[in-house]
Amino acid sequence: MNVVVPFEGIGASVRRKEDLRFLSGRGQYTDDINRPGQTHAVILRSPHAHAEIKGIDIAAAKAMPGVLAIFTGADMAAENIGGLPCGWQIHSKDGSPMAEPPHPVLAVGKVRHVGDPVAVVIAETKQQARDAAEAIAVEYAVLPAAATMEQALAPGAPQIHEGAPGNLCYDWHIGDRAAQEAAFARAHKVITFETTNNRLVPNAMEPRSAIGEYDSTSGDYTLFTTSQNPHVIRLLMGAFVLHIPEARLRVVAPDVGGGFGSKIYHYAEEAIVTWAAGKVKRPIKWTADRTESFMSDAHGRDHITKAELAVDAQGKILGLKVHTHANMGAYLSTFAPCVPTYLYATLLAGVYTTPVIYAEVKAVFTNTVPVDAYRGAGRPEATYLLERLMDVAAKELGLDRVEFRRKNFIPPDAFPYQTPVALQYDSGNYHATLDACLEAADWKGFEARRAAAAKGKLRGIGISTYLEACGIAPSAVVGSLGARAGLYEVGTIRVHPTGSVTVLTGAHSHGQGHETTFAQLVADRLGVPVAQVDVVHGDTAKVPFGMGTYGSRSLAVGGSAMVKAMDKIIAKGKRIAAHLMEASVEDVEFDRGIFRVAGTDKSKTLADISLAAYVPHNYPIEELEPGLEETAFYDPKNFTYPGGCHVAEVEIDPETGKVEVVNFTAVDDVGRVINPMIVEGQVQGGVAQGIGQALLENAIYDQQGQLLSGSLMDYSMPRADDLPPVGVATHTTLCTHNPLGVKGCGEVGAIGSPPAVMNAVVDALRDYGVRHIEMPATPAKIWNIIHGGRRMAAE
Amino acid sequence: MPQVTLTVNGTKHTVEVEARTLLVELLREKLRLTGTHVGCDTSQCGACVVHMGGDSIKSCTILAVQCEGAEVTTIEGLAKPDGTLHPMQEAFREYHALQCGFCTPGMVMSAIDLVNKHPQGLTEQEIREGLEGNICRCTGYHNIVKAIAAAADVMHGKRSELARAAE
Repeated sequence: MNVVVPFEGIGASVRRKEDLRFLSGRGQYTDDINRPGQTHAVILRSPHAHAEIKGIDIAAAKAMPGVLAIFTGADMAAENIGGLPCGWQIHSKDGSPMAEPPHPVLAVGKVRHVGDPVAVVIAETKQQARDAAEAIAVEYAVLPAAATMEQALAPGAPQIHEGAPGNLCYDWHIGDRAAQEAAFARAHKVITFETTNNRLVPNAMEPRSAIGEYDSTSGDYTLFTTSQNPHVIRLLMGAFVLHIPEARLRVVAPDVGGGFGSKIYHYAEEAIVTWAAGKVKRPIKWTADRTESFMSDAHGRDHITKAELAVDAQGKILGLKVHTHANMGAYLSTFAPCVPTYLYATLLAGVYTTPVIYAEVKAVFTNTVPVDAYRGAGRPEATYLLERLMDVAAKELGLDRVEFRRKNFIPPDAFPYQTPVALQYDSGNYHATLDACLEAADWKGFEARRAAAAKGKLRGIGISTYLEACGIAPSAVVGSLGARAGLYEVGTIRVHPTGSVTVLTGAHSHGQGHETTFAQLVADRLGVPVAQVDVVHGDTAKVPFGMGTYGSRSLAVGGSAMVKAMDKIIAKGKRIAAHLMEASVEDVEFDRGIFRVAGTDKSKTLADISLAAYVPHNYPIEELEPGLEETAFYDPKNFTYPGGCHVAEVEIDPETGKVEVVNFTAVDDVGRVINPMIVEGQVQGGVAQGIGQALLENAIYDQQGQLLSGSLMDYSMPRADDLPPVGVATHTTLCTHNPLGVKGCGEVGAIGSPPAVMNAVVDALRDYGVRHIEMPATPAKIWNIIHGGRRMAAE
Repeated sequence: MPQVTLTVNGTKHTVEVEARTLLVELLREKLRLTGTHVGCDTSQCGACVVHMGGDSIKSCTILAVQCEGAEVTTIEGLAKPDGTLHPMQEAFREYHALQCGFCTPGMVMSAIDLVNKHPQGLTEQEIREGLEGNICRCTGYHNIVKAIAAAADVMHGKRSELARAAE
């Protein structure tokens, strides 16, 4: 019997299962949830970047209508509530641990950035809570602020924390300094380059939200929160902040409206509503306004870097030296210390055979919102530095920028490839992605397009060849590098009696389409139609454990855990099938839902087996337990290494300085592709954020530490007419160490694209003698380059 | 407290609201129509777009009391009672024009109004400019633009069925 069913397995662009509820307005985001008896919290935040709290008078506010309670840092301190923990410890060059100052949930004694939470008001309605928050009188003694890293490192700078002299968090390095100096001594030429990686605000469209709830009969706490990793929040908040055992604390991350890293971290508001729910004995909801998000969500990037590249007379790179200052903000966010170290400096070999690298990174406290991982996290900063440096160097060496890259590529037969900065790449083919991208972007035809550019427009083309390390990561490796958590993932496959399947995963979907992609893995391996596979995630009460979604790890780590669990299902199923078909286990074969006795016409479906497993009338009960449900933990052996090539083509209007990206082409190697439609969408979205960084986005503080770009009217988010169509193709080399051969696709777009765009902008301005332009390439900046010079010449 | 009477998705409601209550707060908190979202506080993001009297409006930028007698349609009111999706909803799914889904209701409501107001059809550039008031952080708009173009063909009767997306 041949039934024609649409192919839904690995490689099919299955339309997403989750879309129907989102398109019908039936998503369940945290703020959509309303609990019986729910109250509302509003957080009073510091208007100052740096100030002593001299006193907080809540008397008037407490008497206002609807107000149930007001808490300050002193109330939490009195109950010995812990500070927000940091999940990664870096050691400085001299072996000393990083400065890790306390991060109180509600400020105690001092505020250290605009937006630092000072008090929380809980009232019957949000409006009442807001009115009361305005009535709290806080007496501040304003202190001088260190809003920038330059200010923070200057002699006599304001001290932000007692335990961090000179506002230095750590002074770290990696690589062989002596070898680097020796390589530079024999260099034909050393190219120097300085750049700033602009500070970004992630701006997931759903503002953060949290609902805390306490059941006084059981002592159970529940937190609904906008998180990418509810189990991690349960661990951090339960163990380190509120001292609630795991069994008494449930964390639910329902539908989450985008994360991009900003919803990884354990935030103060989660602890506040959970703790306060225990006090007021009613559920408490808090939802951020957008302006509140700007001053409380972790920001991204914010590096200042000096780099030197040593090259021989043939154009081969001999060595790279990098010195970076990374802004941590006012406190250490959950994973902040690892971003400019193990997610940045270890990537400085890029796709090149650079034999020697030495990098120093100083992490600096400033009176700004904490900075942590944002889409790509460290890898965009490394890629931007390298790929701008490659263009600058090619120009100064008189080499073609494509050929200079090609000459220094790690060849396809050199894998596994050990870099001088700790990583070992398992697979890749940078020549192949380069060639495919040049072809798709019609690189050869560019000069003709430049000549034909719209009247007066300046046209430029730029390239970036990149790789990244994701699928994070082996627990033992990250542990040795300072991670305080393991980075495995957990998957449970529950085959129900009639053969449908529920997948329980510790990964979390907040736009990635896991409910579809993960169902496709089951369809592919177990032969169960996608419609009969339900993916459950985001609830610590349902899913055994998990480490969540970030670092493009869901499929590489979480998907691999599911494969392991499915292999256990198949192994058990074979034993049941052998019993039912009176064959030996070794003779039972399994392929996409059917167990067959080799060389016979005997077969059983997965549904036959699952029914026997749950109705074990005829069952090998002496050897096997009933039921068909398996859990697996998967801890990867290595990171995965996606890479590829991006080409951007821009046109600049010299009259306005506006840069338009007219073509964008990406050819990425993300390993095996499960759902091409979703992969393309992920790359397009990543590229959009990369173009945003290159041309539009910038979080700006003034010298007093006021966030000037604190709303969507001030911070320039890419809109539809700011972006081009983005052509995406893939070229696959398989990851060699996970069972799916997948590498991850969530971050490549944001990593590869900014230097491609900026290389194109500099190329477009090649007649103006521009060596480098800092991101974002705003019209004002470009206009000044074009007209400033001319005007000066005329004068 | 002031009272306001309005029709939402075909059902008439009379609701007591504070004078400062916004339409989006009435929809989300009083009527529990949580498909309409709030993504900002400066009328920039468009997650709250609904239709009022056939026009798309930002429901965060109008007071509930201004909506006396109004006919409002939200994302929940788009599909037919039998569950058949509006061509724009169908196109968003077919063209993978949504990821996290948060901007999606506002995006779909804006897109429908944009297509309705351009019976002569829309160029890609016109679609992009027409989405100026809606921010999506996930998709890069590439697939949203394609979905709107495909839905427009159905809404304007140029095609009887939605064109399938290229594989």
